[in-house]
Amino acid sequence: MDHSEIPSRSTYLNGFFLAVVLTAIPFGIVWAELLTGTAAYVVIAVAAVLQVMVHLVFFLHMNFKSTPGENMFFLAFAGVLICIMVGGSLWIMIDLHHRMM
Amino acid sequence: MTNTLQQEAVLAHEEQKSLEAREFGFWVYLMTDAIIFALLFATYVVLSNNSAAGPTAKELFDLRHTASETALLLLSSLTFGFATIAMHEDRAGQVVKWLVISVGLGLGFLAMELVEFYGMIQKGAGPEVSGFLSAFFTLVGTHGLHVAFGSIGIFVMIGQVLSKGLTLPVRSRLIRLGLFWHFLDIVWIGIFSVVYLPGVM
Repeated sequence: MDHSEIPSRSTYLNGFFLAVVLTAIPFGIVWAELLTGTAAYVVIAVAAVLQVMVHLVFFLHMNFKSTPGENMFFLAFAGVLICIMVGGSLWIMIDLHHRMM
Repeated sequence: MTNTLQQEAVLAHEEQKSLEAREFGFWVYLMTDAIIFALLFATYVVLSNNSAAGPTAKELFDLRHTASETALLLLSSLTFGFATIAMHEDRAGQVVKWLVISVGLGLGFLAMELVEFYGMIQKGAGPEVSGFLSAFFTLVGTHGLHVAFGSIGIFVMIGQVLSKGLTLPVRSRLIRLGLFWHFLDIVWIGIFSVVYLPGVM
């Protein structure tokens, strides 16, 4: 989304470096079995959310200055829809699963 | 004379505006695509334990294979970024070079995915075996299909840069294709975090 400034090589390289680190952490933890159970899931989830944000900022050049407001609005709207539909589906199905046991 | 110049300026301005509108439209499409993937993720999470006495995720997934696929896709995102920079610097030759590298990495990813799918089906773990495998092939296959279409898009844009040069419409298409390509890498983060890593734990 380059509407004003031109992205630089260092932007992409910094993003790439951060993405590699945020990929290596969850892979390393699962590979070496450093953490198990809930702790491992938390690390995987946090690393994934951080890496999505790294991609949005460094590769898609989203920011609050130059990105048009409509694009931000639709990103937020999609986020809300995803939370309602995915969260709701999982809530109902996992609850159902417990009751069927 | 000044009249035609003014007309040209107005036309250039209109073209710019219409290309910006297309970029916004493409962004809306990407967000709807994100919702499709999110629901496929939800379906997978619900069904991931329903292996119907068939093979389970732990028996099927190979973390080294997944790590290589991740590396290929992430590298191709980086090289597409370099193509975008070359486009801003008006260097058509460099744009083509980086696009060729990006599509090569993308096709490498697709080849690895097909090898994985083929191996699973050979082992009797095709999509018809269990709810878990149906959801797996639907989610990962949909992503692979997107990468395949993205690769076709890159081939088309290589042709357009070579034949038309870096005109305003070609630049706009390259930017939109770049959005698509980076978006697919974001979906892949979800796939290895939701499917492969918890699968082998």
